[in-house]
Amino acid sequence: MSRKYFLFALVLAMFFSACAQATVSPTVSAEPSTPIPSEQRTLTVMTHDSFAASDDVIRAFESAYDVAVRILPSGDAGTALNKAILSKGNPIADVFYGVDNTFLSRALSEDIFEPYNSPKLANVPSVFILDPKGRALPVDYGDVCPNYDKAYFAGKGIQPPRSLEDLTKPEYKGLLVVENPATSSPGLAFLLATIGRFGADGYLDYWKALVANDVLVVNDWDTAYYTEFSAHGGTHPIVISYGSSPPAEVVFASTPISEPTTAVVTTGKSCFRQVEFVGILKGSQNRDLAEKWVDYMLDLTFQQDMPLQMFVYPVNKEAKLPEQFVKFAASPAETSEISPDEIAANREAWLQAWTETVLR
Amino acid sequence: MKHRTPNLALLWILPLAFLAVFYFYPLGSILTVSFGRGTGGAALQLLEAFTSPTVQRVLGFTIGQAALSTLLTLVLGLPGAYLLARFDFRGKSLFQALSGIPFVLPTLVVAAAFNALLGPRGWVNLALMEWLNLSQPPIQFLNTFTAIIVAHVFYNTTIVLRIVGDFWAHLDPRLVQASQVLGANRMQTMLRVMLPLLAPAIAAAALLVFIFDFTSFGVILVLGGPRFATLEVEIYYQAVSLFNLPMAASLAFLQLLCTLLLTTIYTHLAAGLGRPLGLRPRRYTQRHLLSWRSRLVAALLLGLISAFLIMPLVALALRSFTSPETGSSLAGNPNGTGLRLTLNNYRELTINRRETIFYAPPSTAIAVSLGYAAATVMLALTLGLPASWALARGQSSPLNRWLDPILMLPLGTSAVTLGLGFIIALDHPPIDLRASPVLVPLAHTLVAFPFVVRSLTPALRSISPRLRQAAAVMGASPRQVLRTIDLPMVGRALLVAATFAFTISIGEFGATALIARPEYPTIPIAIFRYLGLPGAINYGQAMALSTILMGVTAVGMLAIERFRIAEVGEF
Repeated sequence: MSRKYFLFALVLAMFFSACAQATVSPTVSAEPSTPIPSEQRTLTVMTHDSFAASDDVIRAFESAYDVAVRILPSGDAGTALNKAILSKGNPIADVFYGVDNTFLSRALSEDIFEPYNSPKLANVPSVFILDPKGRALPVDYGDVCPNYDKAYFAGKGIQPPRSLEDLTKPEYKGLLVVENPATSSPGLAFLLATIGRFGADGYLDYWKALVANDVLVVNDWDTAYYTEFSAHGGTHPIVISYGSSPPAEVVFASTPISEPTTAVVTTGKSCFRQVEFVGILKGSQNRDLAEKWVDYMLDLTFQQDMPLQMFVYPVNKEAKLPEQFVKFAASPAETSEISPDEIAANREAWLQAWTETVLR
Repeated sequence: MKHRTPNLALLWILPLAFLAVFYFYPLGSILTVSFGRGTGGAALQLLEAFTSPTVQRVLGFTIGQAALSTLLTLVLGLPGAYLLARFDFRGKSLFQALSGIPFVLPTLVVAAAFNALLGPRGWVNLALMEWLNLSQPPIQFLNTFTAIIVAHVFYNTTIVLRIVGDFWAHLDPRLVQASQVLGANRMQTMLRVMLPLLAPAIAAAALLVFIFDFTSFGVILVLGGPRFATLEVEIYYQAVSLFNLPMAASLAFLQLLCTLLLTTIYTHLAAGLGRPLGLRPRRYTQRHLLSWRSRLVAALLLGLISAFLIMPLVALALRSFTSPETGSSLAGNPNGTGLRLTLNNYRELTINRRETIFYAPPSTAIAVSLGYAAATVMLALTLGLPASWALARGQSSPLNRWLDPILMLPLGTSAVTLGLGFIIALDHPPIDLRASPVLVPLAHTLVAFPFVVRSLTPALRSISPRLRQAAAVMGASPRQVLRTIDLPMVGRALLVAATFAFTISIGEFGATALIARPEYPTIPIAIFRYLGLPGAINYGQAMALSTILMGVTAVGMLAIERFRIAEVGEF
């Protein structure tokens, strides 16, 4: 064993890490048509794994402000937020998108955002503006509601459920699958829907009734929707999902269909509304560009792109919805309201009580 | 003998520097920050966590399920390892490659595979319902303790097959013959001769399997369901759902402590187990299956292992070539969802229908996955080889006794915790790697490194020092000894190590999801994206990509098998 071996190994290690970099990062140079000026700036947007947008929409922003947009998905919504909090002071990104009203208090109390009073907020209904100081600006919303398999109820000749109470009735015994609120974002939203509907002192009784009616709990949305839900081969015809799931069923049908096979229970305060926010991270070196990006997200181009990319509703009241949304998405007239502060103060206690009641 | 002592420290430099920068520094940082957020000192917080009945219950479950899973993995893996080690038969390398596939599959995909087979509408249940005329599916598999254990055995049997199988393949068969000539029966030979000789490899495999099961996350969440929680699941819940970082850190510390304890015990045991052996090339140790009886036994054994390891994969692949009839599985068609054959799922993969920015064709995902995997193999071998050499050469050295257990720690570390550690530690030049793709092969190497060390060390230890001495006496320089003695003898183990590094990288999801560039996803990342949206075609595409992942893995492993360095392939 000579020293040469080590030099060799060291060179090898450096060579291969360089290779790894070369194989995976032709991001910038892959655009041969637009020569990149040496001074071009980069705006970094930190977000969760579910982020999606049209290629054109991002490119339009890049060419309008002569900037390269780098998007950093950083895990699920909670994990991404934790990372933003831990890198406070020396932020990885300029903007963070994707904190929702269930996590908003954590973001605000950890003080990761700089306030920004976007002119585009003028088009956003005030119900969505949950932080009056403008640190977190609303971008989109979605409703978590029970979805059901239309063919099952048509075939059995039973009325689909119309409220949360219906789900505890004998004719719906063993039909419902829900997600664990401790591990799943729609699961938590549904727990909040029940707390909003029955109150902090009544929701546990409701869940006891659901358990007595053979509710199935799984940990994640994927398992609930693709394994247990009867519209995708499972045995449970009612699942907790989004109000926008039926249009997604049409857009992503394996063979073209004219009508979704699933529908949403929107009546009887059976939904919880999740609102997602964007904010400029404290310590951003590109405050001017970050402001432009926030404006852009709230403007029509981005807002109208969101529904078919992320299956959420735009908050801008002038944004037009795509046809599939107008026809098939369901939006409840009334949703359960719980403030972010209330959620933050009680999250642990509610989750623990729920776990004791439902899982033990 | 004199020339070895200074080399030992030298051998350690590279692996330890790597671990220091990319493991201990981030881990130390996150633990410090986390405990700093709590009230009272770290010791107080740890004490509080360790005495909590919830934590004790979770710890008990974590250890129990890991022990049972490991035991059953050995029960299934050891006969398989024997078969692969002692016999040569047609289709053997294909079987070996296929049996390694489960190791790389994302949990959600494995859950889908088991669901296709054992779910409420799976083939087994449908067949039983038809046959016994039942109205309800008789087997309840998902969301049970059994599902956790079965999935762990499914994932990890390949570890036993490879580590024990390849070691066994080079044990001199004359030892067995001698024992039989001396009058021992098969059982006695097995217990008194083979088992002690195999002990180092079995212990190494069992340790790896146990640590994998001990830190299990995805399997518990997806297949076990909400009633079960391991330490890793609890860490995620505390860190992400509740943002209780001090509690998460205490649990992560507890997990590390257990791993350290385990590996220390292992190191002490292993020191007494390893002995120099005359390893033989495979052509001397393997026989063809000649008699009909041996063929029958082999066929039964292979059939059993295949049924267990390969059937879910087949179910998955079949699913990717079908498209469900639109509509409910509970209404209409009594046989559940009607299926028809189609290539639609694969065709759809190549189309960016929504013109979405992160769309990547499957060819890109395959290239990215292979790129990361190649880098991981090189890096892991470059670091693992000197470490294993050091371990094998100075078995009694106090330095090694200390370092050996530490090498295994990355495997027993909470991924959630370490991921957050990278964020706060590697945040200033020259190593601001927080968003760099270089972090992907580095993270994969952290996981692959212990595997490389554990595959190489038993083989290196078993090289008789007399061979080296003989070579040296005859005038060979240390480098010549290395090239002509050590390298050919461990060549086979080197291939095993490379295979592990490759499969770990190809299948890794958690770390990759946090640091990979969205425009350049690996195959598991792309699968996860499709599974995140409602709609039949998304599910179909996820299944198609999973099948592609299986194909890429199998081809990669077959390629590594054929890759020979000089005469190395002989062994």
